[in-house]
Amino acid sequence: MKNLLSILVLCTGTLLAQSGQLSGNFQSDFQLYLEDEALDFNLENPSSGFPSERFLSNGFANIMYTNSNFSAGIRYEAYQNALLGYPSGYKGEGITYRYAQFSKNGLDVTVGNFYEQFGSGMILRAYEERNLGYDNAFDGIRLKYSPLKGVYLKSLVGRQRLFFDKGEGLVRGVDGEVSLNEAFVGLNEIKTQVLLGASFVSKYQKDLNPAYNLPENVGSWASRMSVNHRRWNFNSEYVHKYNDPSAVNNYIYKTGNALLMSGSYSKRGFGLSLAAKRIDNMDYRSERDQNLQNLIINYLPALTKQHAYTLATIYPYGTITTGEMGLQAELNYKVKKGSRLGGKYGMGVLANFSNVYAIDKQQIDAFTPLDSTGTLGYSSDFFKVGEEKYFQEFSIELSKKVNKKLKFIGTYINTEYNSAAIVGYSYHGMIYSDIFVLETQYKIKSKHSIRTEIQHLSTEQHEGNWVMGLAEYTISPHYFFAVQNLYNYGNTDKKISYPTVSAGYNKGTSRFALSYGKQRAGIFCVGGVCRNVPASNGLSLSITSSF
Amino acid sequence: MKNALLALAIFSSTLTALAQDKISIFPSVNIKSTDGKMINTNSFENDGNPIVVSFWATWCKPCAKELDAITEVYDDWQEETGVKVIAISIDDARNAVKVAPYANGKDWPFEIYLDSNSDLKRALNVNAIPHTFLLNSKNEIVWQHTSYFDGDEEELFEEIQKLK
Repeated sequence: MKNLLSILVLCTGTLLAQSGQLSGNFQSDFQLYLEDEALDFNLENPSSGFPSERFLSNGFANIMYTNSNFSAGIRYEAYQNALLGYPSGYKGEGITYRYAQFSKNGLDVTVGNFYEQFGSGMILRAYEERNLGYDNAFDGIRLKYSPLKGVYLKSLVGRQRLFFDKGEGLVRGVDGEVSLNEAFVGLNEIKTQVLLGASFVSKYQKDLNPAYNLPENVGSWASRMSVNHRRWNFNSEYVHKYNDPSAVNNYIYKTGNALLMSGSYSKRGFGLSLAAKRIDNMDYRSERDQNLQNLIINYLPALTKQHAYTLATIYPYGTITTGEMGLQAELNYKVKKGSRLGGKYGMGVLANFSNVYAIDKQQIDAFTPLDSTGTLGYSSDFFKVGEEKYFQEFSIELSKKVNKKLKFIGTYINTEYNSAAIVGYSYHGMIYSDIFVLETQYKIKSKHSIRTEIQHLSTEQHEGNWVMGLAEYTISPHYFFAVQNLYNYGNTDKKISYPTVSAGYNKGTSRFALSYGKQRAGIFCVGGVCRNVPASNGLSLSITSSF
Repeated sequence: MKNALLALAIFSSTLTALAQDKISIFPSVNIKSTDGKMINTNSFENDGNPIVVSFWATWCKPCAKELDAITEVYDDWQEETGVKVIAISIDDARNAVKVAPYANGKDWPFEIYLDSNSDLKRALNVNAIPHTFLLNSKNEIVWQHTSYFDGDEEELFEEIQKLK
């Protein structure tokens, strides 16, 4: 600590001597929790999560110094104590992130903490979702080097963040990418752009298991390609992981693999994209006994639409990392101005379809049940779709501007949600829901606008029907006021309504938001993992700023 | 005590830097174009005219609202000030393939790039999107703003006009 301090003071001194640049950001969230009879949210009911502190807060600040080719930064985080719904590992305060980086002659060196992604991230991705408490940053050394134009090499060694600590496992990785058109002079002028990439990642963790002989080094490799020709685009990545018995896969010795392919065609006013993926035993962590969102090395994207409307986020999909296959198609289209449908301003159409199924799983022999610990677990036909459906969704959104002041956006979503497989509500099984949303935007006068949302979700399963209304008034560029209410009128157990009022003030890069009301219990998904947040009632204040 | 000293050191250096110079240079970070090419942000240029850099994502409604609003007045803005808008998507592998079709489907006339692991977003200390920066002819950040309310583009345009 003393050494660190003196280094920092020294650095600070040096900074002051030169003409570098400091920048940073800050966020702080406070919540005062109030007892609520309808939600049974109180001290007498410990399972409701009511905090005995009554008042909780999360906060962080990043401070970064840059001077031409050098940069360094730190982040301080404080959870005193963490807001409800945050992983319990966030407790206390301290410096959780510090790094120094310089680049010279095509070489870029980072020591300390860093985030990184190889390819699509399916083999390695360190990133943060601060509002969900996700952070798997590395602490180690990273080198990036570009030996010639169009060729990019990366290598890293590090351990991953686990709340205020680090995982025990070491992660080593190399990645290379070549843009053929830039690297080879003869291809410079060709209209077809081709990029090739490959990665190798390995983790090391000592084996202390008395019962099994576990691999201490687990390697994985990936190759990827991207081809672009005028309006067409095609991408694919394949990842293979050697045997990696872990808590998540029930300690089976099967290898893992993942394939992600996507293509798109687009021009002004029209866009179409298609994507397909298959994931087989690809949970990859730097400690084999970890679960939840902890120490994940890779990122397995959910190929489903990410919704913004409140009722459409009640049943969110999260990748099932042990195995799934899925498809997604999305169409964006702008009906031309002046046409019968388009009217004076045109009309926007956005349609999306996605589905996800289990992968095929067969017993390795007649006597060994599927996924038996210490065996190869199962065998799987790569091209065969499993019988169980995990998810399916169709959505369409039409947006239409009526005149200079008024705009409507109408949305319909039909979802099939296998709750037992995705979040473990076994007794609800498949949840079928239909959602309608009508959003209205009206400009009252210059800088004054009002926006309303009416949403309805109908389902015969789980908590039944919901209705929601929202009205938001904004005065550009500083103020907003909003009221909303969610009402779970279809719930046969307890019909609860969740009213909230909020207001905010923005100035430049600073934002203050205050809200008071009830929060429904919900699932929030990130990466391959979903997390439950309890219902609550309270007063919250959020402040963010950057400089 | 040590912590207090450390905090004091950081605080004082922050203050000193802030007092020195309010203008900051746009950071140099590698991002990708929609056709997969690596682009460094230090290559952003617009013949000495202002540049607007706006962060968005396919799942961010206010972001789309802001870029739609700028699209409607973009011809007038360009005519008057020569400004160029660069829209940077922070969509990751989940939505990366949808970025170009989404932007094209919306008929946005902007340069579109992908910052799929948020490297540039982090280098610019962006807390949440939408977040918009205005750069002068030397690629220095002269103004920035977080979130979007209807009509915010008018304030942005006033700032752009100040650069002419």
